[in-house]
Amino acid sequence: MADLSIDFAGIKCPNPFWLASAPPTNTGDQIMRAFDAGWGGAVWKTLGNPIVNVSSRFGGVDYGNTRLMGLNNIELITDRPIEVNLKEIREVKRRYPKHIVIASLMVETKDEWREIIQKAEDAGADGLELNFGCPHGMCERGMGSAVGNEPQVLEEIARWAVEFARTPVIVKLTPNIGDITEPGEAVLRSGAHAISLINTIKSIVGVDLERMVPLPRVGNASTNGGYCGPAVKPIALHLLSQLSRHPQIQRLPISGIGGISNWRDAAEFIALGSTTVQVCTAVMHYGYRIVEDMIEGLSDYLDSQGMKSVSELVGRAVPQYQEWGDLDLSYRVVADISLDKCIGCQLCYVACMDGAHQCIHLPGKTEAESRAAGHIHMPKLIPDRAVISKAGSPGARVPYVDEDECIGCNLCALVCPVQGCITMKELPSEKGKETWNDRIQKGTDFVPGGLEATAAAKAAT
Amino acid sequence: MGAVPRLPAGRLEERFTEKKPLYTPAEAMAEANRCLYCVDAPCIKACPTSIDIPTFIRKIATDNVKGAARTILTANLLGESCGQVCPVEVLCAGDCVYNDWGRDPIKIGRLQHFAVAETLKRDPKLFTRKATTGKKVALVGAGPASIAAAGYLALEGHEAVIFEKKAIPGGLNTLGIAPYKMKGDAALAEIEWVLSIGGVELRTGVEVVKGEASAGQVSSADLLRDYDAVFLGLGLGPDSHLAISGEEGEGVVGAVALIERLKADASLKLEGVKQAIVVGGGNTALDVLHELSLLGIETTMVYRRSEAEMTGYKHELAGARLDSGRLIENRVPVSVVREGSGLKALRVAHAKEGRAIPGTEEDLATDLIVVAIGQSRATQVALAFDGVVVDSKGRVVVDAATHRTGNARVYSGGDCVNGGKEVVNAVAEAKIAVRAIHAQMMGA
Repeated sequence: MADLSIDFAGIKCPNPFWLASAPPTNTGDQIMRAFDAGWGGAVWKTLGNPIVNVSSRFGGVDYGNTRLMGLNNIELITDRPIEVNLKEIREVKRRYPKHIVIASLMVETKDEWREIIQKAEDAGADGLELNFGCPHGMCERGMGSAVGNEPQVLEEIARWAVEFARTPVIVKLTPNIGDITEPGEAVLRSGAHAISLINTIKSIVGVDLERMVPLPRVGNASTNGGYCGPAVKPIALHLLSQLSRHPQIQRLPISGIGGISNWRDAAEFIALGSTTVQVCTAVMHYGYRIVEDMIEGLSDYLDSQGMKSVSELVGRAVPQYQEWGDLDLSYRVVADISLDKCIGCQLCYVACMDGAHQCIHLPGKTEAESRAAGHIHMPKLIPDRAVISKAGSPGARVPYVDEDECIGCNLCALVCPVQGCITMKELPSEKGKETWNDRIQKGTDFVPGGLEATAAAKAAT
Repeated sequence: MGAVPRLPAGRLEERFTEKKPLYTPAEAMAEANRCLYCVDAPCIKACPTSIDIPTFIRKIATDNVKGAARTILTANLLGESCGQVCPVEVLCAGDCVYNDWGRDPIKIGRLQHFAVAETLKRDPKLFTRKATTGKKVALVGAGPASIAAAGYLALEGHEAVIFEKKAIPGGLNTLGIAPYKMKGDAALAEIEWVLSIGGVELRTGVEVVKGEASAGQVSSADLLRDYDAVFLGLGLGPDSHLAISGEEGEGVVGAVALIERLKADASLKLEGVKQAIVVGGGNTALDVLHELSLLGIETTMVYRRSEAEMTGYKHELAGARLDSGRLIENRVPVSVVREGSGLKALRVAHAKEGRAIPGTEEDLATDLIVVAIGQSRATQVALAFDGVVVDSKGRVVVDAATHRTGNARVYSGGDCVNGGKEVVNAVAEAKIAVRAIHAQMMGA
C-alpha cells in the first residue's frame, strides 16, 4: 500500500486530505469528528475581528438531477469569539497531535497580524493560511480578495506574516484576477512558504423571479457570493497549473482547492502540482465520510501505477501542459461508435449536425434527404446497422461516422449517454509532428499581427 | 488443501439464462450515480450483514470499484453470491427510499455482484491473513454458514477445516439456487476464492458421526479433541413427505432433491415430462414452479391455502407467472393416482383454511409431482456433540449473542439454527459465531 503521508513546507501530515477553511471547520468538535473519519488536516474557519453573519447564506446550482453542481456562499469569517476558537484549537491539537491544524487568518493592520499570528501559534496551529481570497463582504472592508487582487499589498502583508510567524505561512489566492502568476510572484517575493488556491469565484447563483431579488436572498436584497463545488474544478486546475509550471513559483508547495469531491479529483490536482488538497463543498453535501473513498481510491491508484508514495505523483502531468502553439497539428483522431453499445438515441448525430462538422450520418436516408438535412459531403456508402445493445430501442439504427470528414473534436463522445460507446480512434499520422509555432518559423502559416502582417511575412519569404 | 470439484457438463441448469446478468461498467456507473448516498440508510438496516451499501455504491460511482468490493466483502465474505441470490426486493432494495417516492429502487444486488466480480477477476488477493495463531476450528457442513465462518476465521489467523458429507461443497448455495439467479459453478468459484485466502482446508466426502468412525467418517469426539472449537453449519435434512397414498414410486420427487439434480446431475433429463405439479407455498415451491416453467414444462403449483397466505415472496410468484407458471390455491393433495406403477394424476380436494372439504376431490393430470413442503432437520449430527440441544422443531439451540450451543466449544449457524433462511442470514450468523469463537480461543 502506497505511502500517503506528505511533507508540506515542513508540515508533516498523515495524508494529503485537508478540509478547507469553511463551514466544515467552524468548530473544534467538527474538526475532531473529521479527523476520526480520516482527514489528515483542517484549515480552521478564518479567524479575525468579530463579524456578524447574515441569514440566509448559501445558494446552489443544480444540473438536471444532480444537486449542488455549484455552491455559492455569502458567509463571512468566523462569527464566534476568537478566544473560543483558540481554546478549541489547543484542545484539538492536544487530542490529535499528529493531525494538522492550519489557522486561517484575516485582519487589517500590522499590529493585528502580529497579535493574531502569535495567538494562533501559541494555541498550537501547525501553520498559517493568510486568507487573501474571500470575494464577498470582507473585500468591501479592504481584506480578503481585495488584498489578493493587489500583488503589492499582498506582498507587504505576507512579509509581515513571515516576519512574525514561527510556523509555515501559506498564502491563499483568489481566482478573481486576470493573471494568477502576478499574485503568485508576489508570494514568492514575500518569502512566504506555500500557496493555496483557489478561493471562491465571485458569483450570483440565480434570481428569484417573483421578488426580483438575486439568490441567496437576505430579506429583499442579495449580494455576490463566492462560487465553489464541482463546477469550479476546471478553473482551479488551470490556475493551479499556471503556478506549478512557472519556473520560479513552482518551487513553492501548493495546496490545491476547488471542487474536489473524490479520489480521482484529488489525484488530478496532485498530478498538476498540488502537494495537499483541500475539500469543502463535497463535505458540505455528503459529510466527512467521503474521505474513506478518497484515501482508499488514491492509495489503490498509486499502487496500480507502481508509485510507492503520493509524493511521486506530485506534478507528474505538469510538463504535458503546453502552449497551444506547441501542440502537434498532425495528430488526428476520429470518432468510433461501438456497434454493440449504441442504443440509437442519435444525440451524437444532432450534436455533430448542429454543433460540429456534419460528419455523422443517419442510415436509411436518401442522398437528397441527407443533403436537405444539412450534409455537404456524402460518403460512398452509409452502412445500415440495427442497434443490437439490449438497452437500445427496437429498430433504431447505429449512426455512421464519415471518417474522411470527422475532424476529431470529441463532441459526439461527450454527449453520448453510454459510457465507453463512442471512443476517439487514433489514426496513423501521414506527416511528422508539426506545431503552429513550427509553421510560423517556416513561414508557412499565419503570423500573429493581422492579415497585413501575414501578407508581409509571406511576401518576404 | 482439497481442490473444489467441477460440475459435469450437460446439466439442465446450463439451459437457463440469467435474469439479472452481470452489469457492464457503463451500466453499473449509471445505476450507482442514481443512489442518493443516504445517511443512516434504511438499506443498511435491512441487510442482515449490515453492508454499508451507500458507501460501496458511491465508490462504484467514483470508479473505486476495488474499494466497493472491500466494503462489501468485509461485511459479507459471500457478497458475490448474495448480490445474485439475495431477495433484495424484501431486504435492502425493498427499503430503498426511492420506493416511497414512486421511483425504481437502486439495483443494489446487481451493483454488489458487479463490484465483487469485477474486482476479484483482476485482484483476487484483496485481503491478507493476520499472523497465524495456531488455533484450529472444525466446521461441519460446507454450506454458506461454514464457508463464511471458515473465511473469517482464516483472516483472523486461525486454521479452519471443513468436513462435508457430499462430494460437492457449498450446500444450497451450490445445489439449491434457482439457475436463472446463479449457477452452481459460480458458487464453487466463490468457495475457491475463500480457500485462496489460505488457512482453510476442505474435506469432502467425510461424514461426522457420534460413535466410532469408520472409513469416510470422523467422530464428533475426535473433532472436540483435535480442534479448539467446532462450528456446526449443517443445513437442513431431506425433503418432507406428503404422507398420502401412492406417494412412493416413480414420478414423485422432493423439491430440494430435484433442484440438486437439475444443478449438478447431468443424467437428469426430464424428457417426456409435459406437465408438472408442485405442492407447497414457500419459496422453494416457487423456485421449482419457475424453473420447470422455464424448461417448457406446463407447471402448476398447488397450495392448500390462499395466495395471500403464502410464505413465498410475492415478487417470486409474479416472476414465475411471467414465465407461465400457474397457481391453484386452496387445494389439498389427497392421493397420487397411478396406472400400474406409472404416475397419472394428483388427486386434490378443495380446501377451506387449509383443510380438505370432503366430496370436492378432483384429479389433476400430471407427469411429475414435486413435493416442496419443507425439509426435515439434520438433528443427528448436531446431537452427536455432547451438550448440544435442539428445540421442538429440530433447530439447534444457540445463544443469540454468540451462537454458542449447549456445548461451550461448539457453535452453530445457518439453516440448522434458523430453520431455513437466506444465504445472507447464514453469513450474518457465521460472523457472530466467529467473533465469539475468536474471543474464546484468544482470550482464554
